[in-house]
Amino acid sequence: MKSLKELEEIRQRALESVNLRKERNGTRIVVGMGTCGIAAGARPVLLAFLEEVKKRNLQDVIVTQTGCIGMCRFEPMAEVYKPGEDKVTYVKLTPEKVRRIVAEHIVNGRPVTEFTIGAADQQ
Amino acid sequence: MEDISLYMLDLVQNSIAAGATIIEISVIEDVQNDKLILSIKDNGRGMDPQMVKKITDPFYTTRTTRRVGLGLAFAEAAAQACDGGIYISSQPGKGTEVRVEFKYHHIDRPPLGRIDQTIAALVACNPSIEFVYTHIAPGGRLRFDSREVQQRLEGLPIDHPDVVEWIREYIGEGIDEISGGGGV
Repeated sequence: MKSLKELEEIRQRALESVNLRKERNGTRIVVGMGTCGIAAGARPVLLAFLEEVKKRNLQDVIVTQTGCIGMCRFEPMAEVYKPGEDKVTYVKLTPEKVRRIVAEHIVNGRPVTEFTIGAADQQ
Repeated sequence: MEDISLYMLDLVQNSIAAGATIIEISVIEDVQNDKLILSIKDNGRGMDPQMVKKITDPFYTTRTTRRVGLGLAFAEAAAQACDGGIYISSQPGKGTEVRVEFKYHHIDRPPLGRIDQTIAALVACNPSIEFVYTHIAPGGRLRFDSREVQQRLEGLPIDHPDVVEWIREYIGEGIDEISGGGGV
């Protein structure tokens, strides 16, 4: 059984390794968590974003949630906000797509156009 | 929704939308009385009796509060299909409690699913809300309180990726231990 004591180790490790993000003005990833999103698989998508952020130790990225974005047929959806750039809306997400988005867009700055709402609309 | 943990995630969204700062979630596996109970209690803005009456109607929605939609209707349908039901008590300004009951051994009763993932996702996305999760099963009792975790962290944000991962494992292992595993 895990114990609360382990949290102290996590805290120590985290405090040593980072300048803690006091103000967070980096990238924001917002996953749609309405009934439509959850039923379509938003939770594994959200967890995949969290996992990638953890694995890559991305300090200035936050993953958060919102309700129904209003285009339920495109769920699971996520919006990526990077400072000084236009919002990018990704649709019909899967954990596999999430890994590509984090690598190509969040880290390297090139949105994955084929997964965006613009590309889905043209189909 | 495929399992109880997804109903949980969905119903908690109502509490978040109602401005709750404390959300108590519980699952009670009352095998003796052949009941599985999911309960979500919040200190959000609450509803008047008229709204409570209408709230499981899928075609009732209030754009101003965004408290309703298909979520409660889905949960009610699932519960009724398992000889159970949904019970809502609410008081304006005080909060709301939603209880969803299933017959435990009903053939159509959804499995518990990944409650660890639901709680971890909720805490990660809503670090300023206090989540209390209680799970009572034949094998024992699990209690998780995000405020206790926060206190131990002494300033490290609770949505730090390592902490979220710890929370997921803590709850996952805890449930396995008391439910005897198998994701029933």
